[in-house]
Parts: sequence; C-alpha cells; structure tokens
Amino acid sequence: MGDAFWQYRPAQSGDEARSIDWRRSARADTNFVADKEWQIAQSVALWVDGSAAMDFRSDRTLPTKADRARQLTLATAILLARGGERVGLADGQLPPKRGTAHLQRMAALLCEPSDGDYGTPTADDLPSQGQAIFVSDFLGDFSTTQIAITRAAAQGITGSLLQILDPQEEAFPFDGRTEFQSMAGGIRFETLSASGLKARYIDRLAARKSALAELARQTGWQFHTHRTDRTATSALLWLYQATQGHR
Amino acid sequence: MWTLGPIDFITPLLLLGLIVLPILWILLRAVPPAPVKRRFPGVALLLGLTDDESQSDRTPWWLLALRIAAVAALIIGFAGPVLNPKDPQSGSGKLMIALDGSWAGAPNWSARMARVETLLDEALHDDRTVTIVNLSDPPSEAAVFTSPSDWQNRLANVTPQAWQPGDVATWIAAQDGGFETYWMSDGIDYTARADVLSALEAKGVVTVFQSPRPTFGLHPATLDDGTITMTATRTPTGAIATIPVAAIGRDPAGIERQLQLVDLTFDQGASDGTVSLTLPTELRNRITRFEITGQRSAGAITLADDGLRRREVALIAGHDDRERLDLLSPLYYLRKALEPTADLIDGALVDVLLANPDVIVLADVARLTLDETHGLITWVENGGLLLRFAGPHLAASDLGRTDEDPLLPVRLRAGGRSVGGAMSWGEPKTLAPFDEDSLFFGLTVPDDVTVSSQVMAQPDPTLATRVIAQLADGTPLMTRKIMGDGQVVLAHVTANAAWTTLPLSGLFVQMLERLAITSRPSTQAAETLAGTTWLPTRVLDGFGRLQDGQALAGVDGATLIGGIPGPDLRPGLYDGAERQIAVNVIGADTTLAPAAWPARIAVEGLVTTTETALKGWLLATAMALLLIDTFASLLVGGRLRGPRADVATAIMLLFAFTPDAHAQDDAAAIAATTAVVLGHVVTGDQATDTEALAGLTGLSQRLFRRTSIEPDPPMSVNIETDELAFFPFLYWPITVEQPLPSHTAYGKLNRYLRGGGMILFDTRDADTARFGSGSPEGRKLQAIARSLDIPAIKPIPQDHVLTRTFYLLQDFPGRYASRDIWVEAAPISAELAEGMPFRNLNDGVTPVVIGGNDWARAWAVDRFGNRMFPVGRGSAGERQREFAYRFGVNLIMHVLTGNYKSDQVHVPALLDRLGQ
Repeated sequence: MGDAFWQYRPAQSGDEARSIDWRRSARADTNFVADKEWQIAQSVALWVDGSAAMDFRSDRTLPTKADRARQLTLATAILLARGGERVGLADGQLPPKRGTAHLQRMAALLCEPSDGDYGTPTADDLPSQGQAIFVSDFLGDFSTTQIAITRAAAQGITGSLLQILDPQEEAFPFDGRTEFQSMAGGIRFETLSASGLKARYIDRLAARKSALAELARQTGWQFHTHRTDRTATSALLWLYQATQGHR
Repeated sequence: MWTLGPIDFITPLLLLGLIVLPILWILLRAVPPAPVKRRFPGVALLLGLTDDESQSDRTPWWLLALRIAAVAALIIGFAGPVLNPKDPQSGSGKLMIALDGSWAGAPNWSARMARVETLLDEALHDDRTVTIVNLSDPPSEAAVFTSPSDWQNRLANVTPQAWQPGDVATWIAAQDGGFETYWMSDGIDYTARADVLSALEAKGVVTVFQSPRPTFGLHPATLDDGTITMTATRTPTGAIATIPVAAIGRDPAGIERQLQLVDLTFDQGASDGTVSLTLPTELRNRITRFEITGQRSAGAITLADDGLRRREVALIAGHDDRERLDLLSPLYYLRKALEPTADLIDGALVDVLLANPDVIVLADVARLTLDETHGLITWVENGGLLLRFAGPHLAASDLGRTDEDPLLPVRLRAGGRSVGGAMSWGEPKTLAPFDEDSLFFGLTVPDDVTVSSQVMAQPDPTLATRVIAQLADGTPLMTRKIMGDGQVVLAHVTANAAWTTLPLSGLFVQMLERLAITSRPSTQAAETLAGTTWLPTRVLDGFGRLQDGQALAGVDGATLIGGIPGPDLRPGLYDGAERQIAVNVIGADTTLAPAAWPARIAVEGLVTTTETALKGWLLATAMALLLIDTFASLLVGGRLRGPRADVATAIMLLFAFTPDAHAQDDAAAIAATTAVVLGHVVTGDQATDTEALAGLTGLSQRLFRRTSIEPDPPMSVNIETDELAFFPFLYWPITVEQPLPSHTAYGKLNRYLRGGGMILFDTRDADTARFGSGSPEGRKLQAIARSLDIPAIKPIPQDHVLTRTFYLLQDFPGRYASRDIWVEAAPISAELAEGMPFRNLNDGVTPVVIGGNDWARAWAVDRFGNRMFPVGRGSAGERQREFAYRFGVNLIMHVLTGNYKSDQVHVPALLDRLGQ
C-alpha cells in the first residue's frame, strides 16, 4: 500500500510475485519484497481559552495562565508540525495546515484575547477523525465544557484537556473581609471572612477536577492539571505524549 | 491659658473635641472594616457559599481603642499643652538688676547669668529700661538705664569678685528717680546688706532671687606640731555632708599638681567641719593652696603662705670642750626662739649641708675647714641663709682681718670692743631705731636692750649698704651681704646673753622672724608688720583663679592682717621684703550666715523650670498610633496576606528589626583585621568624609598595583566608638566644624599613637598659614592636638626615611604643593657620618605627619576608578598627582616597614640610584 518505501523484507509464501523487488533480490540468494507505506497526516485542532479569567497571575514572578497556555499550545503545534502533522485552531479561524507561515499566523491568532469572563470550548469545526487539544482553566460553567467534549467525542475525535491553574487558585490564601471579583468584573462575591471559605473552596475545586477527569475517562480523552509555578516542560511533555498516544 | 496640675493648655477650647470620642467609638464600631477588593478567577467556584454565622463584621475593640487614643492624642496635642509653664516677671518702669556678685555666687554663676538673661528678655518684652549693677564692684558714676538688649551684649563682662559688697548704700541713694530692683542674692549675709536693702527699698519694689544651694568656705589652714588642720564652713547647715579638699602644690619638676586629697565631713547641723592632715615636711613646704574641689569660688580656696612652712634650721656652735650651764650655751636662746616654729637640725656641718637646710646658724664659729667653706659658699649661693653670731672665738681669730672673708659680710677689726664693763669706760650701748630702708623697719626697740661687747666692722666703702642694724652710736650691729641667691648675715654680738641682752628680749624673736628664719601664723604677727609695704603678686578672682597682681598698688602691712578683703585689699599673695603673706577670702574667724530677708520682700528661686511644650510629643504619639493602626487594619482586613503582602511585610520587617549592632561590630573588626586596611577619621562633614574615603580607596588601589601591600577597601573610623588598634594608619582631615574628641577618645588616640599607630593630619589649607596660626583649620588642629601625646615635631628633613621608603622623593604634594610637612623631630644626637648622605636615624616611626596639601582629594577615585578632582593643569598636574600617589605609597611603606630603608645597609644601593 502506498508509494513511499518503508523496508525490504524476505518474501514469504503468499506474497504476490509482482510484489517481489527483483533488483534487491538479485543481490542475494533469497527474494525480497519492498514494503511500501502510506503516509497520512493527522489533523490536530487546538483551542486555547483567551478569556479574561486566564489573564491572571498571583505573583509578579509567575506568568499569567494565558501566557502559559499559549506557550504550551504553540510549542505543541510546532512539535506536531515538525512531525508532519497539520495543526489548526478549533474555533474555525484557521483550518489545519502545515508550514511556517501557517504557524506564525496561528501564533498571531492565539494572542488575540476573547471576550467574557470564562472561555467556552467550541467543537463545531473539528476535523473528523482528528485530534483536539483544549487548554483552559475550566473554572467557568462546566456544562459548556461537557457539551463540547461530548459532541467532539461523538464525531470520533479524541483529544486532551489541559487545565492550567495559578497557585493561588489552588491554595486560596485569603483572610478578612473580601470582595472577590472575576477578572472582567462580571461576577462579584463578598465575604466577611475569606478564611472561613477556604476549605469549601478547595473542596469545590477538587470536585471540578474530578468531574473533568471523569468526563475525559468517559470520552476517551486525557486530562491533566498544570500549575503556573511548575515548569512548563513537564506540561509540554505530557501534552506531546498524550497526542502521540492517540495516533 | 487653662491649668491642669503642672500642665497649661494654650487653646483649652480644643479640648471640647474630646467629647466626640465616644461618638467616634460608636461610629467606628458600627462600621466594619472596608472589604479588600480582589480579582480572582476562582470566584465562580465561590458562588453560593455563605459565611459562617459566628463571623463578626465588627472592628476589634483593641483596634478601636488604638484609634480613639490616636485621635485623643491629636486633640490634646493641638490644644497646646505646656509642662511647667513659665510665670513671667512683669512690670513697668525702670529696672535695676543688682547682683551681689561676690565669691559666694561664683559656683553657680552661669545659672545666675541665665536667670538675669531671662529677666532681661522679660524686660525687653515689657519695654523697660534696665541697668545691671554688681554690688561688689559698683560703677563709679551714676547708673545708666538703657535698653535690655544693650545689657545682653555686656552680660559676659559681669563677673563675680573675690569679696563681699561693701558700702554701696550711699551710691544707691545717690541715684536719680525711683526704680524697681531685682536683687540676685548670693545667699550669704554681709554687713552692708541691711543698708543696701533699705536704700533699694527707698527707690522702689525689691524682689530677691536666691538659690538655696549651700555655700562652702575654707578657713586658712593652720599648722600645729606638723599637723595641718583645715576647717571648712558652710551655710546653710543641714545634713551630713562630705566635701573633698585638695592640697595643691608644685612637684619637684615644678608642675602644679594635687599633692593630697582628703575628705572633710560636716556633722549633722554643724556649720564647721575639720580635717587634719599630716604630711612630710618636704611635701608640706610645697603646698601653695588648699581648695574644695568642685567649688569654683574664691571662698573655697585658701592660699598657703609662709605660715605653713617650717624652715629647717641647722644650729652649729663653735667647738666648746668645756662643760657649762645650758644658759651659757651659745645656742640656748636660739633654740628657745626657733623651736616652736622651725625644724631644728643638729649635727656636723658637713652632714648638715647634705640635708640642704633653709638656714644655717653658726654661733661663734671661727674656723672652718676648706671643705666646709666651699660647701657653705655653694649652699649660700644656691639660696641658703647663713646667720653668724660673733663671740669670743670669732673675736680672737684672724678671720676677715685683711681680706673680706667670703662667709662674712664685712671685714672685722682685731679684738672688738667692750663698753660699759667693769674694766672699760662708758655705758653699755643701746640700739638705734631702725632705718626706713632697713629690713627691721617698724620694729620698736625696747629700752632695756643693751650691748656691752661686740666685734667691730672695718670701715669699707661697702659697709654702709651692708648695715641693717646699728647701735645708738652708729657702730654696725648686724650686717648682711647678698651672695648669689642667698645671703650671709652677721650679728656682731653673741647669741647668748654674754655680750648683750638682745637675746633676752622679744625683739630678738621678731628680728629672727623678719629674717624669715622663723615663721609664725600671720595673725599673731600683726604687730611685726606695722610700717611695711606689701606688694600683691598673685590675686584671686571671684572664681578662685589666681591672676597676676603685679599692676596693683602695694598694701600697708598693718591692714594685711585682719583686714576685710575688698577692692583695696584683694585676696591673694603679698610679697614683703623676705616673706610672703596670703590674704584669704575667708579669715580664721569668718563665719558664714545665710541671708535672711524680711517678710515683705518677695524671694524667688534662681532655678526656673524650663517650660516644655508637649504638643510635638503628643502629635508624634498620635502619628505612631496611626502607623500602628495602619498595620493593624491591614492585618484585620487580611491585606497582610495574598497579593502584594510581601510589600507590607517588608515594611513591617523594616520597623521590627534593627540590625544587630554587636554582630556588626564583630564583622567590622574581622573585616579590618583580615588584611591591611587604611582608615580615615570621621569628621562629621559628609563631603569631607566621602572625599577622605575615596582618597584612601585610590591610594589602596595604587598600593595594590605597585607594591606588595594589598590592602582591603578602606574604612571610616569613628574615634569615639570604633576600635583604633586595627588600623596601622589613620588619615585625619581637619575641618573647622569638627568637635573636639571626648576624654575617652583622647585616651584611645594616645594609646594608639604610643602603640605605633600613625596619624596623617591634613589641614587641607595648602599650609597658607605656615603652621602656626593663621588658618582656621590650623587653629583647629592645634586645639585637637593639645591633648594628644605628640612628641616634638619639625619640618621634614631632607634625609628623613620618608623620602626613600619606596620611591625617592623630596616633595610631598597633594592637590597643593606646599613644601613643608612636619614629622617627629630627630634626636639631637643624630649626626651625619662621614661620606654618608643620610644621618644615622634608626629608631622610631614618626607617630604623626602633619601637612596641609589635601592629599585625599589628589588620591580620590570614584567607584569606576576615575579621578574625582583635578590636580594642577595638564601634564604637570598629572605629574603632581603621580607624586601625591608616590608620597602615599612611601607613607604607608613607612608605616608598615618602619625604618627599614633607613638602615645604612641600603646606602650603596641608594647611592647608586641617586647617581652619586
């Protein structure tokens, strides 16, 4: 199958005579068959949450979640493109293609922020039988995520969910009378004693993570949580391997 | 003004603001702390959560209390509280400030002057005219009432006198018009005080200012059987008190020191205290004065005169081998006369000379050995008094017949004469009254003193000047010759009653006293002083300092004893012909009494409590409380955690921790001792200190590059607090403003200099004043160096080792190129060896180098290694800078290697390099 040379192998019974590579066989005592392979490129659709919630960092020394997400996504895209795959954006702005110019265009589009407090993954323009990578904090409405993933899985698309969190979002180190606002200011919540909420917040975050993991398990996707104070390499390694594993 | 205890409020109405505090409490309590607004993406997860019921939204009570306290402090602070408010003296019209101005006020004179200044300020405020009168030193003309500001300038000239005010009442009565009087009393009574008071009251209201401070006075010390008794008196009497009394005199080197210190104790309620002191005669004769230490007043000093000194008198009689009655002994009457008041020495003449007595009496001694003669001549020329008496032996000898004997004032005729005896004509002769220029002028001659035999003086041209006493017929009875610093006196009669009745009379004792052979307490000798004139040599001022009194007029001897000290009889030392008498402020029977004032006179204390405005303190407290409140609010509001908490925490830490000074000390010591470190003395002037440090940095870099000395970065040294021993070399720029080092710092500096440290003093004035005087920095340096243990210095000689410790140099320029720098003077014994270019100067590193060439700025480099200051112009300037560096290198080499290069071993190599 295919037209690209893969390997020579000794002819076995059952091999058609026309499949024998005579030129190779003439140099040896046994007959060889030239196996050919058919190369087909994967299409990988990427979605990065560009919402206001991602534009957060608790410390000046840390990158914002959005920065880390874009960095990881672009790095994965470059790795995949080098591996001969086609990468595009899941929101339909950029269909899967190859080439340096394509990557640069992708980089430009990744840097555009989107509206809203929290991002919603879209699964409308996913390439069939392709793969998808969704990167977000997944702190917004869980149902939108669930719908998008389920619909993608229904189209036979596998993929990875990478949740990026700030250390403060995991630790909740607050105290005293506090008014919390979402990054775009759309949601407000006031408490008289923030420290009293800590345990319940951490419970809710754990519940969200396990819900995401459960969703991934059901749909055959993969799920991972990355914290911005950890090194980006580990997340990139996980992302690359997750992509490989589906091929 | 509204007064609350010792506190006055300037604007008490503001205190009404305190009423709002409870309202504020309620308001603050009702309003919870404002919420922190935080952006937080995780807020979506929080929706639907509710707070615990138990959470309080109220501000904690302690934070409330803090805020209320801060506000209260603000309100009270702005109300202007003043602690110990001043109650100003007010009045109008002419004002006389009368000061007792006696010695009794001297110890707290400055407090008195401060009070006068305050009174002047108040008078200025009330627009009054003022005059200041020192009652002890009243002006000769009428008092001038002028503006208080005039007097403020002249106040420094008002000084206490060493006596009590005399009769100034007439002077006061002679003043025109009425005036109010503030009288600064010294607190002790004196005779004229009542008159002065009534005179002043006749002029107007009198207010007295008086300090309850005790006044101490020291009576003249008395000497009895070798024991000095000192009596001090005080007023007012009170509790048991102990005062130190010092005996001060010159040590053998002629330097005045404290010879002895004793504690004198007053019993409870006693006005007098006594202490006895036994000292060796040698020491006792050195005492010049006693003083109560710490009392700066003429009354606390009693000057010692001859009355305290006991002369050492050696009595030598001609050898008499006959046993005879005591009464016939040539020395009997002398011994009787001298024993109470002088220390008598017996022994052979040669032994006695070794003891160096004040007086040697030779009674009828004719023959002396050559040794004795020479010894006596030397002793007399060094200030001894040789008193010789005639007698049968002298009359029979050939002594002084043809030539004048060096140890006799006159030539003697053979045999002498006898008058009025059984075998002779005439009556025994009486004494003639003493001449006006005689030593004995003023003594009355009793009628019953007769002379029946005597040795006769040979008429000589010099005879007339040498006679100090003669008989009624004009024959010399006593003659005197000055020899060197001493004198030889010959009595032409015997010392016993064989030839004359003189030794039996009181005149004999008085004459001995005039000859300064005996000395008695001056009070007993009043009659002997009649008719003499005494010149003040040193007089006391009110503070008890001895001043030169040579310009003052002489005083009659009769008033000297028992006279009341005053402008005409200043306390001090008076010189007579042969003796010295001290007039003390406090006589033997002076008593001190506190000044008592009638009830109608207002008496105020001297001390004014300074008023303290508390506003600043209260406002500062309020600020501090508000600062604490800021952090407390942050803490309560949760702002000390979460984003940007690090900033707040850093600020908190800044307040909470001060660096551990001890650890810093240790670190500095280790840094200073791990390598050679140059140091400069901190002058307090920021720019100078920076330049000095930069200069030493530049020098350290040069040393590192060019020599094997590899110094660490230099350090600034505070001579008050830092250890100096770590630094081999200190650079000390002199600024006019820098304060003099403290006593402990001087101690450290002197230890440092003795321990081998070197200080380079830099007056940085280009030595324009040529050392000595002119420039302010030069004077400052003199002031600083006065207490430093610096040896004799002189301009650096051409062969000083500093000229060749590393580079061969003859000039030592800095930014200025003045020639002279000063180093320790070479010993005089240093000599130039034949064929050697340098003197042999092998000992000692000069502890100081003094110059004015502003080296630091020539050396100075900034942190990039660039030169900070220009030197000279162009390449010549750069050359000068190079030589400045070379001087620095040589100097540090000299410090570290001493006189290594001064060793003559190096001479050949140096000669070679010098091209000689």
